[in-house]
Amino acid sequence: MVYDFSELSGMQLDILKEIGNIGSGNAATALAQLLNAKIDMNVPQVNILPFAEVPDLVGGPDLHVVGLFLLASGSAPASILFLLPVDKACLLVDMLMGKEWGQTNPEILSDMDISALMELGNIICATYLNALAMFTQLEFRPSVPALGIDMAGAILNSVLAQFGAVADHVLVLETQFKREEQEIVGHFFLLPEPGSLDVILASLGVSL
Amino acid sequence: MSKIIQVGMADYKLATAPDKLITAGLGSCIGICLYDKAIKLGSLTHIMLPSSSQAKNTSNEAKFADTGIKLAIREMEKKGAIPARLLAKIAGGAQMFKFSGESDIMKIGERNSIAVKENLEVHRIKLLSSDTGGNYGRTIIFDLETGDLLVKTIGHGERVI
Repeated sequence: MVYDFSELSGMQLDILKEIGNIGSGNAATALAQLLNAKIDMNVPQVNILPFAEVPDLVGGPDLHVVGLFLLASGSAPASILFLLPVDKACLLVDMLMGKEWGQTNPEILSDMDISALMELGNIICATYLNALAMFTQLEFRPSVPALGIDMAGAILNSVLAQFGAVADHVLVLETQFKREEQEIVGHFFLLPEPGSLDVILASLGVSL
Repeated sequence: MSKIIQVGMADYKLATAPDKLITAGLGSCIGICLYDKAIKLGSLTHIMLPSSSQAKNTSNEAKFADTGIKLAIREMEKKGAIPARLLAKIAGGAQMFKFSGESDIMKIGERNSIAVKENLEVHRIKLLSSDTGGNYGRTIIFDLETGDLLVKTIGHGERVI
């Protein structure tokens, strides 16, 4: 089993990038339709990082973010995390709920606002998983999304803790979504459990 | 000049006055501060998991409550600390996500804080104060001059424990 991610070859990393690309491409389309806006994304990055460096990807452990988290179970379990800064999340809520720009107050999110964000996360994550399932012919069953609004570091370490028992590093497939080419909307992470990588790679015919 | 020393996830650092140790964004993780007041030496260990006994990879001792506390005591002793003089303060162990179905993963914060307290008892280290639980993250700053631990949160105030 791949426990040490450094054993991955360049080709395998490229394939993981492609998985990220297909998944987030679909997720970006879903987001664009939902918001009726143009959403761009960058080329996904595959990072193998020590735990301590993951929060730096999103702008440091202190950043106030909304985190949507779900577990995908099946033959290749993985965690999915969608992180976006709180102010950007509020703009998304404005757009979703047809409110005026800037009306959602990040200090007091109503139940409706939170529900809207959960639905948003649900759609994005499910779209991502669907694309992944089509591509790999594996089954992914998403859990109900969980929502956390707090420091990026606190949200990330709660998610990363489950990987702590088997590894010191985590494989992060990261995509940034942008609106109108500049404003960063959010970061999307796919965190396969170590054993899952073998299953995913094998399904694509590139096992070790 | 006092320095502010950053401690990352699953990491630990030692420092002496007038420096400060900081760890940002504790969620389910716990920051364990040990302090030897007589020589103003302290350590901050940012643990992620309660126990190394079920883990497949235990190369990083700072990741677990049991090995993390042992490691900190051992390293502090090397710098002249006396275990019987050590006092502890801890913060973290929150449950960050509201999940519909409760799973074990979601309860890691609670398990972490129980494990930390048990392990401190094993080493007969007095727990002076703690700020654990809840559903919010914490950034903690440990002042080696006074032994004060400043806990900062988003929307849940600031306090010194």
